[in-house]
Order: sequence, then C-alpha cells, then structure tokens
Amino acid sequence: MARIVLDHIRHSYLSNPVRDEDYALKEVHHTFADGGAYALLGPSGCGKTSLLNIISGLVAPSRGRILFGDQDVTDLPTERRNIAQVFQFPVVYDTMSVFDNMAFPLRNRGVDEADIQRRVTETLEIIGLADRAHKRARGLTADQKQKISLGRGLVRQDVNAILFDEPLTVIDPHMKWVLRSQLKELHKRFGYTMVYVTHDQTEALTFAQTVVVMFEGQIVQIGTPAELFERPSHTFVGYFIGSPGMNVMPVTLDGATAHLGSQTIALPGAASPANATRIELGVRPEYVRVGREGMPMQVRTVEDIGRHRIVRGTLEGSEIAAILPEHDELPAEPRVSFDPRGINIYADSWRQVLGA
Amino acid sequence: MEKTWNNKAWFLVLPVLVLVAFSAIIPLMTVVNYSVQDTFGNNQFFWAGLDWFDDTLHSSRFWEALWRNLLFSGIILAIQIPLGIFIALHMPKRGWGVPVCLVLMALPLLIPWNVVGTIWQVFGRVDIGLLGRALAGLGVDYNYVQDPFDAWATIVVMDVWHWTSLVVLLCYAGLVSIPDAYYQAARIDGASRWSVFRFIQLPKMQRVLLIAVLLRFMDSFMIYTEPFVVTGGGPGNETTFLSIDLVKMAIGQFDVGPAAAMSLIYFLIVMLLSWVFYTVMTNYGQGDER
Repeated sequence: MARIVLDHIRHSYLSNPVRDEDYALKEVHHTFADGGAYALLGPSGCGKTSLLNIISGLVAPSRGRILFGDQDVTDLPTERRNIAQVFQFPVVYDTMSVFDNMAFPLRNRGVDEADIQRRVTETLEIIGLADRAHKRARGLTADQKQKISLGRGLVRQDVNAILFDEPLTVIDPHMKWVLRSQLKELHKRFGYTMVYVTHDQTEALTFAQTVVVMFEGQIVQIGTPAELFERPSHTFVGYFIGSPGMNVMPVTLDGATAHLGSQTIALPGAASPANATRIELGVRPEYVRVGREGMPMQVRTVEDIGRHRIVRGTLEGSEIAAILPEHDELPAEPRVSFDPRGINIYADSWRQVLGA
Repeated sequence: MEKTWNNKAWFLVLPVLVLVAFSAIIPLMTVVNYSVQDTFGNNQFFWAGLDWFDDTLHSSRFWEALWRNLLFSGIILAIQIPLGIFIALHMPKRGWGVPVCLVLMALPLLIPWNVVGTIWQVFGRVDIGLLGRALAGLGVDYNYVQDPFDAWATIVVMDVWHWTSLVVLLCYAGLVSIPDAYYQAARIDGASRWSVFRFIQLPKMQRVLLIAVLLRFMDSFMIYTEPFVVTGGGPGNETTFLSIDLVKMAIGQFDVGPAAAMSLIYFLIVMLLSWVFYTVMTNYGQGDER
C-alpha cells in the first residue's frame, strides 16, 4: 500500500487539445493519503471516471505524473500497478465458478495453488459467498456478481488501492446500504486506500472521510462532509450537496453589507474581492428563517416532506428555498432573514474569506 | 396474477400454420408420397412400401456420397470457424477501418452461388485460368478436372472464400457487443491475451457461434450449385455429394421413387445433426461444477 500522488495531471481525449475546454481533466494536483477512504463526487461528465482510470492506468494522462509512494508509475501498464478496480456494471467471468473467478487474478500472477486456496476461502467468507464457491458465476444476482468483482480485488492483499467506479448503480436500494457498510467495515479492518467515484451525495458522504468534489474537469473542494456542507468553496458544491441545494443570489457589496435588489443584508465580515465580475451571496435553506420579520418573500410552493417543510418562492427576483420546522406556522405575508453563520460570499463562483 | 386459459388462442397460430403448410409441409408430403411408390411413366403409380428406403440404405452409392458430405462439412467447419474468429478478432473496432472491412467482408456473400462456381471454374482452368496458369507456371501439377485432390482443394478453397465472411460478420457482431469494462477488468486482473479470449471473448461469442456453426453446417451439408458448376461431381464420382447425386437420380434418370426416399433420409440427417449441434452448444457451460 502506498499514498497516491497526482502531480499536475491534465487529460484530453482529443489528439490536439488547445483550449481549456478541450481537456476532460483541466488540472488535478492532489495526494490520496495511504489508507484513506475518499469519495470522488461530481455530476456525470465531470471527469471523475477519467481520473480513476488514470490512477489505475487504463487511461494515460496527456500531462503530469502519477506516483505510488515514491515510485513514478505514469508509464507502467495497469497489470503492473497492482491496483484493484470495481466497475459500474459487475464483471464476472461467466464460464468460471465463483471460486475460479476469485482465483483468476492470483493465478494470472503465478501465486501457488495452496496460497490461492487459503486466500480465496478467506475472501469468500468476508464477502459472504462461501456457500456458493463452486456455483457458476453466471447464475448469480447483480449484487452477488458485484461482490465477486469486489472479491477479485480483495484477494490481492497487497494492492496499492481499491478503486470503485459507481459500484452500486445496479444494486437494489436496501442492498446498497448493506454493501456500503461492508465496504466501510473492510476499510476499517484492512486499511486499504479506497477511492470511490459516485454522483450520489449520500453515498459519498456516508462512505468517505474525505470527499473530493469535481466539477467540469477540476477539483473544486476537498473536505470532510461537514466542511462541504457548512463552507462550500464553490457555488457548485453548495448547489450539488444538500437537498435542496444552497440558495445563490446576485448581490453587490459595500464593506460588510450586501445589497440584494432593494434589500440590505448585514454580513458577518467585510469582503473585498478584487476585479470580480460576478458577486453572489450563498445561504443554505437550513439558514433561512421564515417569519414575520425581514425581507418580504413571494411563496410559490410548500413541500411537506415529513420532518419539515420546504418553502419555495422568490426574493427580490431570485429563486429561494427555505426550511420551515414542522410546527412553525407560515405567515400570510412571509418575510425571511438569513442566519449570519450560514452566509457565504462568492466572487466568480469561488468563496471569499470574510474579514472581521 | 391469475393466468387466463383460452383454447381459442390456437387460432392465432393458424395463419402461420397455413403458410408453413403451403411452403413446406404439403411439398414435403408429395415427396413422402413418391417415396413409397414406383412408376413406369404414363403417370401410373404402384405401391412400393419401404423398398426404396431399404434400397437406399443398402446402396454404396448413397453411403459414399454421405461420407463425402460429412467430410466436406467437417473440413469446412474446421477451417471457416477458427478462421472466421481469427479475422473477426483482428478487425478494427472503431474508426474508418470498420466500414471498409465490413463492406469487404460482405462482398463475397452478395455473389450468387452459380456465379461463384463459374468464377472459380474459369479461375482454376489450366489453359486460360489465372490460378491454373500461375500454378502451372510455378511447376505445380494442378488440374481439378483430373485430380480428385485438386478438385476437393478447389471446392474447399472456393467455399472458404465464399462463406468465411458470414462467420466473420457474426463473430464481429458478438465481439463488439462486449462492454469495455470486461477488457478493463481483465487488465486489472492481469489476464493474458489468451485468457481474455478464452474467458471473455469466446463465452460472449457462444450464441453467435452457435448460429454460425448451424448455418455453415446446414449450408455445406446441402452444397450443390458450386461443385456442380466447377466439377460436375467429377473426376469420376469424387466430388459427387448427396445433393448432386439426388438431382442426377431424380431429373437425370427420372427415378423419382428412390430419389424421394433418399431426399427424406437426407432431410432427416440434416435435422438430426443440426439438433445435435444445437443441443451440445446451448448446454455447454450451463451446469454447475462439481
């Protein structure tokens, strides 16, 4: 096992990339610590699968280097990188038994048969398929097949990392939860470095210690689930994480006050972004108070989702959503105010540090 | 959910049944009719029972032709299936090469049987044929009209030229349907090129290969036009296959009774062998190990 260093990785699927938009990965410079559990979170097409395939060597980056520990593996083929990868759709070798499927990566590497017997039996216990060892793999359900794909990675105990590319897409919701807990369990027990690609925020936030959010070919924020929620460093993170996403409204700044249309909002600190073309105020619905005081809001819909209600409408022409606790009443002429702890200021989509 | 039973549903099958009856069953029955009768012309028929079947099964002419057929189909399958897989594996999967290869592969399939026969008949002639003259020029004693081995070689090469494309196209269709993830997983697992073929490509091609084997077997077992045009069944009877013999008997000699009996036996053999191929290939790899 080793830490994984991505040293200024850029990648384009075109043969002659010129502009920034030609790159599927604009520039990724990041280190995955040894034994960490990471989630790569982002919408479809943001480059997260490309990044994963670059780590495993299935795709060679256009620029930059990859290091496992101190060894430069940029030019090493997949077979020699000692990486396990689980794909979106389960890959099993149909004609082999479950046992032979799991033994396959070991046999290919010339491990002796007694060792294979021991390791495969152990791994079958871990993934709970011991009773089906000698059944053919093709007759199994999707989640069992996906466990086999995972098992083929786990039998190789010395892998540098286990990569997951949206591995639970084809799994039933209740099995998703079971498998995800098992993955966390495995991580605790064996300390593998795990990188988990997903577009599902729940999956990412429950699986990982550190979440890497990607957007349009670059990493926009790396942090713990709480950090992503409280201090989204890019408006995309605010919008992508949380349900409903963060409210983002165009404002103009004047020291420690922001002007939203005809309204004035006091900020927790002064911001002075230089040469920004677009200034926005971001506040999560959880920090929007609905009551009889503050700025007048036009309500469009109220969604009752059980524990609380989501009030949607417009404030000074901007879309806004607010969370209303279950027993609070909604006034006939509702007004909103923002909790200062939840106010973020963005200049050209990037979060600004507010001075005292 | 409760299932509805209604015997009137059988009427839905009726149109197909009528069509099949006119296209297959009724013509087949006339053959059955001929096979149990004898005639001396004048449209007069006499009951002959199973005599013609008995005669056919005891005639060396029938057995020799049958062995020739089996040998021919065996050679054809042994060459075309591996060759077809080999070519399909090496065809490009994307880019401008794909349409070029597909069109090149499809070309031989578009040529009518008798034209293929004529092409090779002329191509191989020792006096004017390009192939015949070239081989003669190289000092090879090649003459498909006189030498049985040369006759067989010509027919086999002709059939390979004509029909390998079919196997290629079917296998290619099977190969391109394999998701990339399989190849990626194989690389992660450190699989060799042979393992990828043995454990991914071959199993995924199983269904199309079944179709390819069945089509090529039936077609080669019933071969008629090409050898008839090239060799006419000769030299001697060396390339006289069942179909050629059948036509000789039925139209040349007007022995409709024996010819009908023989065609029924022929038909049953084709059906039986196709069934065997189908059963073996669909059951292969289905059961559990141990």
